[in-house]
Amino acid sequence: MSEHHHGHDHHDHDHHHDNHFTDMEARVKALETVLTEKGLIDPAAIDAIVETYETKIGPRNGARVVAKAWSDAEFADWLKRDATAAIASLGYTGRQGEHMRAVFNTADTHNLVVCTLCSCYPWSVLGLPPVWYKAPPYRSRAVIDPRGVLAEFGLTLSDETRIRVWDSTAELRYLVVPVRPAGTDGLDEEQLADLVTRDAMIGTGLALSPEVLR
Amino acid sequence: MNGPHDLGGQHGMGPVAPEPNEPYFHAEWEKRALGVTLSCGAFGAWTIDESRHARENLAPETYLSASYYEIWTRALETLLKRHGFVTQAELDGGHMLEKGAAPKRVLKAEMVPGVLAKGGPCDRPVDQRPGFVVGERVRTKNFNPTTHTRLPRYARAKVGTIEAVQGSFVFPDDNAHGRGESAQWLYTVVFDGGEIWGEGADPTLTVSIDAWESYLEHV
Repeated sequence: MSEHHHGHDHHDHDHHHDNHFTDMEARVKALETVLTEKGLIDPAAIDAIVETYETKIGPRNGARVVAKAWSDAEFADWLKRDATAAIASLGYTGRQGEHMRAVFNTADTHNLVVCTLCSCYPWSVLGLPPVWYKAPPYRSRAVIDPRGVLAEFGLTLSDETRIRVWDSTAELRYLVVPVRPAGTDGLDEEQLADLVTRDAMIGTGLALSPEVLR
Repeated sequence: MNGPHDLGGQHGMGPVAPEPNEPYFHAEWEKRALGVTLSCGAFGAWTIDESRHARENLAPETYLSASYYEIWTRALETLLKRHGFVTQAELDGGHMLEKGAAPKRVLKAEMVPGVLAKGGPCDRPVDQRPGFVVGERVRTKNFNPTTHTRLPRYARAKVGTIEAVQGSFVFPDDNAHGRGESAQWLYTVVFDGGEIWGEGADPTLTVSIDAWESYLEHV
């Protein structure tokens, strides 16, 4: 939410959004203080959790999965059959990635992932979800107006392209494998991973053209 | 429950507004909210299904105007009070007043990598064979429970096709309310856009949900 950018120096402003912001700052502070005083939480554990998702677990994980699937037909096949095991073989496991499914875009089908009921997202391969993924506009519209949603990401698909929306209503977490871009024959997996954006793995984007690497 | 969280197909929520180069956090309190929520989840006092239901139970005007970390934090306060770990007076005052309940586990920093890497798998074996097969036409139930469910309103009483049998999993409708894990077979069910949205639906659209066996009926 954009009001967060106002930062800490707007506490005295009394319009709705800043009140919301300072209220939450105070609530979370109270919660952390009470729980720490009771010995129920370890502030260093909180630091470790934050550091994990800021520096270790993010969309680069998923990009490596996709790049390997593009480069290695046997791995792609494994990813289709048993995404949880195939992804775990690269070291990506755990919280909100316990039960993975990979869905492959093709020339005529585009996949889009949403959680209409909450914010289910494949943390182990994409990290923490962006704000828009968890917010009412995306959650309400992805299932009824996917083309309108994609247009807001600058993505216009042909009228003939079939759109498959996956609503993550259970504990399966979906990773979209975008189509490998043309002109990428000579690239190695790390170079290919540079083309795989977070949005391409949600379905709100496509893989980048190799021009961006030059 | 037909709560504010069940958003699929609603109108009037505005544009998606993706933020270029979005940071992981928009304020320091969001970092603490993430860490406190995960640390308290490690107590083992409630299930993920109970925590989702606590979020759904926020007042609609609160839910729809809150960021997700705010939703998490408000629901966490409810869970901590319900399970005896804190009191409202302590939250109001910002300090401990009494000892409160003892958790099964306190998450220490050195445990974090292992706990995050392990996660919380919720597949469970069941004795019965699946009641539906791939390719079968099914109808989702029409119900409106006031309790937790993962069958969205837009996908109730609709005819679709079983695309995959995904294994057997903890049943959230029971587990959220302390009625046990009640594992059931889980299916990916795909619907034509026209079956769900009717007139004017995008003819190229199909939508799937993951549905527990008791959400489904033979057609």
